[in-house]
Amino acid sequence: MTLIKALLKLTLISVSLSAPLKAAEFENFESAVSELPQTDFKTLPALLEGIAELDDPRISALLKHLSDGEVYFLKSDKKVFYVVDQADGSAQIVDVLSGDKVADIEKKQLNKVKTNNSIRKGIGQLQAQLNINHPDPDIRLTAAREMLADVSRMSDKRLKSRLDKESDGDVLEVLTLISALKQFTQDDTESQFAALEQLDSTLEPDVRQVLITASLDTENYAPEVLAKIKDTMASIDNQRNLYSYAENIFFGLSLGSVLLLAAIGLAITFGVMGVINMAHGEMIMLGAYTTYVIQQWFPNLIEYSLLIAVPAAFIVSGTVGIIIERSVIQFLKGRPLETLLATFGVSLILQQLVRTVFSPLNRQVIAPEWMSGSWQINPVFSVTFNRLYIIVFSLVVFFMLLIFLKKSALGLHVRAVAQNRDMARALSIRSNWVDAATFGLGSGIAGIAGVVLSQLTNVGPNLGQAYIIDSFLVVVFGGVGNLWGTLVSAMTLGVLNKFLEPLTGPVMATIIVLVGLVFFIQKRPMGLFPQKGRAVE
Amino acid sequence: MNYPISKFSSPLQRVTGLLFVMTLYVVIANTFFAPDSFWHVSDYSVTLLGKYLCYALLALSVDLVWGYCGILSLGHGAFFALGGYAMGMYLMRQIGDRGVYGNPDLPDFMVFLSWDSLPWFWMGSDSFVWMIVMVVLAPGLLAYVFGAMAFRSRVSGVYLSIMTQAMTYALLLAFYRNEMGFGGNNGLTDFKDILGFSLQSGGTRLSLFVLTTLFLGLAYFICHRIVNAKAGKVVMAIRDAESRTRFVGYNTASYKVWLFTFSAVLAGIAGALYVPQVGIINPGEFSPINSIEMVIWVAIGGRGTLYGAIVGALVVSYAKTRFTAIMPEAWLFALGGLFVLVTLLLPKGLVGLWPQVKASFLQRWPSNKEKTL
Repeated sequence: MTLIKALLKLTLISVSLSAPLKAAEFENFESAVSELPQTDFKTLPALLEGIAELDDPRISALLKHLSDGEVYFLKSDKKVFYVVDQADGSAQIVDVLSGDKVADIEKKQLNKVKTNNSIRKGIGQLQAQLNINHPDPDIRLTAAREMLADVSRMSDKRLKSRLDKESDGDVLEVLTLISALKQFTQDDTESQFAALEQLDSTLEPDVRQVLITASLDTENYAPEVLAKIKDTMASIDNQRNLYSYAENIFFGLSLGSVLLLAAIGLAITFGVMGVINMAHGEMIMLGAYTTYVIQQWFPNLIEYSLLIAVPAAFIVSGTVGIIIERSVIQFLKGRPLETLLATFGVSLILQQLVRTVFSPLNRQVIAPEWMSGSWQINPVFSVTFNRLYIIVFSLVVFFMLLIFLKKSALGLHVRAVAQNRDMARALSIRSNWVDAATFGLGSGIAGIAGVVLSQLTNVGPNLGQAYIIDSFLVVVFGGVGNLWGTLVSAMTLGVLNKFLEPLTGPVMATIIVLVGLVFFIQKRPMGLFPQKGRAVE
Repeated sequence: MNYPISKFSSPLQRVTGLLFVMTLYVVIANTFFAPDSFWHVSDYSVTLLGKYLCYALLALSVDLVWGYCGILSLGHGAFFALGGYAMGMYLMRQIGDRGVYGNPDLPDFMVFLSWDSLPWFWMGSDSFVWMIVMVVLAPGLLAYVFGAMAFRSRVSGVYLSIMTQAMTYALLLAFYRNEMGFGGNNGLTDFKDILGFSLQSGGTRLSLFVLTTLFLGLAYFICHRIVNAKAGKVVMAIRDAESRTRFVGYNTASYKVWLFTFSAVLAGIAGALYVPQVGIINPGEFSPINSIEMVIWVAIGGRGTLYGAIVGALVVSYAKTRFTAIMPEAWLFALGGLFVLVTLLLPKGLVGLWPQVKASFLQRWPSNKEKTL
């Protein structure tokens, strides 16, 4: 509490320091400008405040030239001019009021209106306030938001005139908040109540800040107002919590979709075929490197590089997968532990191969422009596009795979061989060929996962290793041989991880999830959705 | 026990005999031969050999559970590292006020993290006896709890392997954290002495080496007795047909838990012997690839023979030292290639190679068989 109070005092002090001087009042722009030559460092800020209160299109030009040190006045009759130095060394002199070029005045006849650093800073702030009248609604919105931090910077007059004119919904909302905050600062319980009603559901952090400050200020607010402030803050915090849950879920889903992509290939090779492929992570890595190579080959097509890389990575990783299946795995059928060792050997070879070809350093994969940026839903909740795309993409891959396995002829054969190899062979399915194709498919999908991961993490020889344990856990947790289980488990693990992170820190969250999984597998060794039937041991 | 009549025909006698001869030779060659003599064994080589023998002990512990009970642990590195950390903590406390910060009570990294007292789990770490207790207890307890849960719920095969890997991975992440109180990323290092003897001196190094061979010999002897006892037969029965063994009436889970725990303790002892010889222990020892490398020692040497594991550890470690010095690039190619070739072509490992060759030789010329017999 004492800390908060101390902080409060500090903010109060700083506010009082930066509080604007009493603004001078002027009839119109002309009369204000005529005062300029008589000012010094002390009086200039008040004059400028006064000018900014006026509603005149010439103000922003004046402020700009003033901060650039280009405002002069005639020694004789104190008329004010802009003097803009040209590239050829001459100076162009312009009348401030009319905007006409003046040719018959020498620079010698002029005196400069002097400014210093703090005045230039003040001018910057004034310019920001003037942006509230800018034609572009986005700039207006930013200006209004800035104003929200300290509503005293916006005069009632300007606020009122803007409120009447404003057509853009978002800006109007912020302006309403400003007016409510202004009303709140009035020393009158009725208007404070009315203002609090309006502030009830806003998510702007600045409003919350004001309310926090007020709620600690027991001297200036009546007890019933303080109670109302508490209610309002509770309702605001409720909303904020809701959105932070939503944000956690979104982050969790995006992590889950990465896990899903990494694990889904394994769900085919391990889940459906029963092959322990420790080189699965390296298939992901090959996909990521394929993206890198595509970007090196077609430097002009960065925007489309991911679209090219997806099929390319599928082909590269799939081909390598088929080679591995034909040269190693097919000889180790029914010996899972030996398969594990042999494929681990393959993974070492592939890692070293990449290290030799591309160097052990991380490679830079460029993110296309359409992947960057974010969608700001409200002040506390925004969604980055790359995560959004990844969620969508992983689901698309998942469902395509599901449809392929359920509807296509090859998918049927894959399932038949997985269920009963001898019977499938008796029905003239070439099981060897199906094995190779299935393994290629699983590896190819791992390659696609690599394309996605290249957008999120460093592309290096060890990329795959980081995901192999996670992938296995996802598949085992979901239940081997069950694609839906993989989907559910990937998303569950992702969301769980993100909810634990704020409580425990990222590393501890990973550890807790890992340990939790170890316990879970001991309780239910067959995963969330165990397979049923005779095929189960 | 019916030992064969010939003196050096049983593997037990051969291994212990060879170990004894080697130790004797190294001790003599290190102490009595002049440094420039061809027969001299330098302090560096003594430590290197000691390191290999720690690996051999570790490989022995892996072979005991994998070769005889079919439990493929991909997390034995965790037990090794825990034993190592127990020893490392003791050695850390022995530095006393000779550290960079000169704090007599706190190890340097704790001073650096501005902690003002030892965490509870460092209590007693300055006692040699407590260290020995911890070397056995830390890995043993982890293995017991993990094994009890896993084996009683009948997790086996590949699932178990992946779970052990997850276990060591979780520990890897945990030990990387500074808050864990084990030196974080840097681990424990800069050791000065053990029981008052400087770790840099040749005498201490030689003693550690001799101690390692003693432990290896002892461990080999105990493992040999275990697998040849009745319990060992049950264990092998579990490996070959677990359900059947259970139906016959054996409590297979309990056999597996105790074997796994014993193996973990062996691995912990290997770690504790390893740390003073290499002078550092850090979280890298927990990394899954280390555990897999241990498995490959056993696979290459030949599993289910005990001495095969020792041979595999020594051969692969030596090859690694040579390869990484001459062609660092090629080491992973070679290791990966070994994995694939051994599993495909040599299911019985290097020590199974000779009987295989002999068998095919005898098959081709059956007449020789009669003559040799």
